[in-house]
Amino acid sequence: MNPETQETTGHGDISVGVAGAGASGDGSASATRITPGNALRPEDIALEVRTGLARPTEDVAEYALRLGDDALILAQRLGHWISRAPELEEDVALGNIALDQLGHARSFLSYAGGAWDKSEDDLAYFRREHEFRSAHLFEQPNGDFAVTIARQFVVSYYQFELYRRLTESTDATIAAIAAKAVKEVDYHRDHSAQWVLRLAGGTDESRRRMINGFKLIWPYVGELFVDDALTTRLAEAGAAVEPSSLKADFDRLTGEVLKEAGLEVPDVPAAPGGGRRGQHSEHLGYILAEMQVLAREHPGASW
Amino acid sequence: MAAQNLQSVPDQPAAPQEANAGQGQGQLEADGQAYFDRVMADDSRIEPKDWMPAAYRKTLLRQISQHAHSEIIGMQPEANWISRAPSLKRKAILMAKVQDEAGHGLYLYSAAETLGQSRDQMMDDLIAGKARYSSIFNYPALTWADMGAIGWLVDGAAICNQVPLCRASYGPYGRAMVRICKEESFHQRQGFEILLELSNGTPAQKQMAQDAVNRWYAPALMMFGPPDDDSPNSKQSMAWNIKRFSNDELRSRFVGMMVEQVRVLGLTLPDSEVRFNEDTRKWEHGPLDWNEFKEVLAGRGPCNSQRLERRRQAHDDGAWVREAAASYAAKQVNKQKEYAA
Amino acid sequence: MSPHGNPEEPASAAAEIKHEAPKASPAPAPEDHHGGNVWPLWEVFVRSSRGLSHVHAGSLHAPDAAMALRNARDLYTRRNEGVSIWVVPADAIASSDPDAKGAFFESPQGKDYRHATYYTKSEGVKHL
Ligand SMILES: [Fe+2]
Ligand SMILES: [Fe+2]
Repeated sequence: MNPETQETTGHGDISVGVAGAGASGDGSASATRITPGNALRPEDIALEVRTGLARPTEDVAEYALRLGDDALILAQRLGHWISRAPELEEDVALGNIALDQLGHARSFLSYAGGAWDKSEDDLAYFRREHEFRSAHLFEQPNGDFAVTIARQFVVSYYQFELYRRLTESTDATIAAIAAKAVKEVDYHRDHSAQWVLRLAGGTDESRRRMINGFKLIWPYVGELFVDDALTTRLAEAGAAVEPSSLKADFDRLTGEVLKEAGLEVPDVPAAPGGGRRGQHSEHLGYILAEMQVLAREHPGASW
Repeated sequence: MAAQNLQSVPDQPAAPQEANAGQGQGQLEADGQAYFDRVMADDSRIEPKDWMPAAYRKTLLRQISQHAHSEIIGMQPEANWISRAPSLKRKAILMAKVQDEAGHGLYLYSAAETLGQSRDQMMDDLIAGKARYSSIFNYPALTWADMGAIGWLVDGAAICNQVPLCRASYGPYGRAMVRICKEESFHQRQGFEILLELSNGTPAQKQMAQDAVNRWYAPALMMFGPPDDDSPNSKQSMAWNIKRFSNDELRSRFVGMMVEQVRVLGLTLPDSEVRFNEDTRKWEHGPLDWNEFKEVLAGRGPCNSQRLERRRQAHDDGAWVREAAASYAAKQVNKQKEYAA
Repeated sequence: MSPHGNPEEPASAAAEIKHEAPKASPAPAPEDHHGGNVWPLWEVFVRSSRGLSHVHAGSLHAPDAAMALRNARDLYTRRNEGVSIWVVPADAIASSDPDAKGAFFESPQGKDYRHATYYTKSEGVKHL
């Protein structure tokens, strides 16, 4: 046996000296030292709900459902890019964003479920289409990379403004989820803005596609900023904010990037939306059919 | 520790130096070879700019690029199930797992690039059908339990193969493998736990798990490559300290581990001939269908064309994006030059 | 044998100088046959925590420095491996000639007096 070998755990009895072989310099400076980190996880929310430490009001639960569904449907969409992105590096980048969104979805749904004794999975897999509360924007197909970037751009700037304010929610759980999410979404803003600049300022083809992407996506922007009775009640209670109150910042910040990219805000009529009332795009049915098929084949099963 | 090996400078001959004008090529080769041989004898590492025999470079390039291709193509059978994962937790795990495989492909392409071939060229070879990748990824992932079986058996076999590769004599390859092995450690476990959950679940779930194990067991054993007496390149790879254990040796160890683990799962291996040979102190398994292996490797597997087509499509669909970003970067550089002027 | 041990003990026979030695078999230069859509290679250095040096973590492809940094973040710090990242265009790195290590790195060999271990008579004296 080579003296450098040492046992590794978890991989049977083949010794390799993983640590030794990688040591290029002092071991403590390793660029492969990994840790799980320390942050609020969906499992923590679920535990708080289960143990009765956190329990949303009916209104807050309904609101959390909206945010959770937005993030869940987007994660479902983004997940499709993994193994199909324009370059391998982007497979990983989009995967990270999808995982962030899925994490937010799980936290919001776990919390929402507390009001009705339901788990994140009950809500994700066993609600019917009209019971979902996602806005149409999140349901839009990936299209080409430019469409996905256009959607990401709108979503991330919207979510950033939203979560930024929700960190001050009077509902401690909403505030905590938002505090974790806002940092991640901040990076999503950067990712999409970088790509907007590159696609708009790259080649003639990429510019044409970027403009087209925004044209396809922009009709669904309006729905994000519509107030209704629920958001008004919650805003008054300090648990949430009126969506309309985010609009000015959204317009200003997206406007700055679009200007830098030499793009106009698309002049397209707004679609009526309706996702918050359970009236969805044609796309959602397909998304749910695929997402739920297996879970519904085995009701009550655990995975 | 490896550092000891890497720094055994005092005992080493002076490395070959800059050639003097008029020196014969033959002498250059001979000195380079002598240096290379010393590195091998010391079980030290060869780094990208070192002299190396052309055959060593070629073998490594082939092995590392095939390995990279396998990671990338290997994403597909699992990526297909991300959208249908039966719980959100499993969806997150699977997404992270498939994403890791993209990273593995990347690390390995980078290692291969240090040998003088561009990733772009390797990708072209792959989608042109000129390159090989692990034939197991040409089998279809038919049920959710396949996510379990792939993690447990396929990643499990891959880990068995890869852990010794952390000590491969080519520095960049070994370093890529170190990072990969660290990341792999959750892949096999998540697969195992999928199966465990299914096995302890409803009869339909348990049936699904057993069926998946039945289908992936033999292909997983064949991942270690042909039997030693039919593996002509193995000897050279071992002499070059690329490979540390023979195909059959690794396969036998792997079988031993699976025998233990399948009991915990409450499932069975589809192999009535598995046994521990007290004389050889090795695990033995039933016959494998090497004909099928060769067929699949030659392109006649269930999913070969589908896998390649998907990769080709992603690459082609992404061309305008890559071009846009490259063009944008060039424009920025020009702008800066103008500004400076 | 320790190269920096007791001065009474010869640490190493200085490696023989080879005046004539071969140049490495040159790696074929990567061919850039796609021109437009191939992104250049970047080397990634990660600082794993404050107070430590950046360490080479690997490489990646990116169209420019801004994207290289972001790709590096996504690729090399998914498991909290770092708090800071450097990216460097791979072709901007100048490296010492690996074939010249005999001459290039010979000088420090045998200069044991640069190391505390050389001074054995003061061994055992406190706070020294
Ligand atoms: Fe892998
Ligand atoms: Fe893996």
